Amino acid sequence: MSDDKQLDALAPQGREPLTLINVREGMFGARGDTSGYDGLVQRVQMPGATERPYGEWFDGAVDILTELLGDAADEAIEYVVVDRGELTLYIQRDHLVDVCRHLRDDQDLRFEMCLGVSGVHYPADKGRELHAVYPLQSITHNRRLRLEVAVGDDDARIPSVVSLYPMNNWHERETWDFFGIVFEGHPSLARIEMPDDWVGHPQRKDYPLGGIPVEYKGAEIPSPDERRQYR
Amino acid sequence: MSTQAPHAPHAFVEDPDAPEYTVYGSDWSDVVDEAKRLGQQRIVVNMGPQHPSTHGVLRVMLEIEGETVTETRAGIGYLHTGIEKNMEYRTWTQGVTFCTRMDYVASMSQELVYCLGIEKLLGITDDIPERASVLRVLMMELTRIGSHLVAIGTGGNELGATTIMTTSFVGREETFRVIEAITGLRTNNNYIRPGGVSQGLPEDGVEQIRAMIPKVRAKLDELVALQAKNPILQGRLKGVAELNLSACMALGITGPILRSTGLPYDLRKAEPYCGYETYDFQVPTSTDQDAWSRLILRMEECYESLKIVEQCADRLEQLGDGPVMVADKKIAWPSQLSLGTDGQGNSPDHIRHIMGESMEALIHHFKLVTEGFDVPAGQVYQAIEGPKGLLGVHLVSDGGTKPWRAHFRDPGFNNLQALGIMCEGGQVADVVVAIASIDMVLGGVDR
Repeated sequence: MSDDKQLDALAPQGREPLTLINVREGMFGARGDTSGYDGLVQRVQMPGATERPYGEWFDGAVDILTELLGDAADEAIEYVVVDRGELTLYIQRDHLVDVCRHLRDDQDLRFEMCLGVSGVHYPADKGRELHAVYPLQSITHNRRLRLEVAVGDDDARIPSVVSLYPMNNWHERETWDFFGIVFEGHPSLARIEMPDDWVGHPQRKDYPLGGIPVEYKGAEIPSPDERRQYR
Repeated sequence: MSTQAPHAPHAFVEDPDAPEYTVYGSDWSDVVDEAKRLGQQRIVVNMGPQHPSTHGVLRVMLEIEGETVTETRAGIGYLHTGIEKNMEYRTWTQGVTFCTRMDYVASMSQELVYCLGIEKLLGITDDIPERASVLRVLMMELTRIGSHLVAIGTGGNELGATTIMTTSFVGREETFRVIEAITGLRTNNNYIRPGGVSQGLPEDGVEQIRAMIPKVRAKLDELVALQAKNPILQGRLKGVAELNLSACMALGITGPILRSTGLPYDLRKAEPYCGYETYDFQVPTSTDQDAWSRLILRMEECYESLKIVEQCADRLEQLGDGPVMVADKKIAWPSQLSLGTDGQGNSPDHIRHIMGESMEALIHHFKLVTEGFDVPAGQVYQAIEGPKGLLGVHLVSDGGTKPWRAHFRDPGFNNLQALGIMCEGGQVADVVVAIASIDMVLGGVDR
């Protein structure tokens, strides 16, 4: 019911659209209700790029990283977001390992621990459907920042950071298992939570939750992802 | 599965033409055949997933030569229940009852980190009433004592020291009595909620806490007496499952294992939440970096936790009655339940209000309970010091009433990666000690 033009008109003006999380239609799970909310279309986006000054220690850290990356900095750091007191650097995947090396090794950055990698699936974000989110922890400076790498569904490949952060071994296996992101250069990227012969990647949004309808006091309650629910 | 990996692993094979296989569930018979073919050179032992000393459904695959372990691999996933996926289909409030079932030995740690994450997303971190924060700290410390006592008790039991186990569990039961009196449940409490906690203290709450402290301390003293000078226990634990600081940093190890190498890294001090900076307690460390030092650290941490519990009791007495949930009616759960004599939570005043007095209140109740509240779009990372190490949560909201993504970094999941380095080159019998000293819970590891 909603074509692209209509969606573009709904995009927030005044800043570059960033991660499109979701396009919500209607108010409820079931279509064709008579509430009048059926035609509602909402574009939900992540907080946009932040302009300097970022505040706290963020400016200094980004400056040091930019200096260390040299000419590659503009290409490597897609944009910087400061939201809810947290710093997020969107990194171009080819530069991820370099960025991590600088963040880990430079004495003024020294993010010696990577707290894993969390995948997120944004099916509406065309060309950047799969995101890998790396929280980095600096024990030396007691700081935390987040790296985010976005790749397309048809080319879901991200270089592995296991050579720099050995602790990410299982975390990358988990993200491969759940989202189908291939971490290139991982020593043995096997499934970790699901059985080896499992088909599909269960945490993706196009993978159903499953479940069966349950009868309760004579009425049939559909499984959780089939239920009529608020959006 | 390895065929799908871009680079096939050749780490353990010099000759690329040599037969290569990966040890996972379905090809176990192949491994046995291969071992038979190679003769007596190598023995592959499968341990678990249904083994009493693997702390749940952990599977360990050991390659041994005589009594020496030459290679160790851990196989997990036997308790994967898709909690994170399920949370995407429930409201933010309902999510609490899912994440509490991850690490079921330290239920409320997940509840707290999840709720702190939601509060950060909502921007209401500073609006949480102090009474709720004190109750949260109280619950965290009781949970920590319970979790450490299970670690110590089961660790002892696996070595044949049943008394250590029974003593630990009796001590843990004392904490459960207080937890049950306050939250209504012994474990999987669903007590810490976005915006506060589900209910305040019962009338004699502070007295119950005060009465519990000496009982738990007595059990801790008993455990010290049982263990501290026990030559057999020392012989089994000292110098076993060593992991030094550089290995900890490489493998992202946190919690008692990291502190046993001398680094006093504790998020309660480094990045205080819920007002931990205002409590007086120490972070015990050791430099022995072995299983024994981790056991002693867990004991010492229990004593420190009791100190915090005492301070919580004082503060709760001082604060008296009052709200334990944010004032914002669009977020706070509408009714304040109280525990009835039948053990069920109920709120007669609230029911009278919505059913007999105010239709608007009824509508509000209905909307908030069925629909939930909207959380502005964005993402946060929140970490707390769980009993087992750094417990983190990554939450993404699409602006709706349900999480777009909730990912938990369970410390056990990460720390279990160290099993290989702790066991290889050691004795077969020490594998059990290494697993116990990592102290993971498979419910949290597999989620």
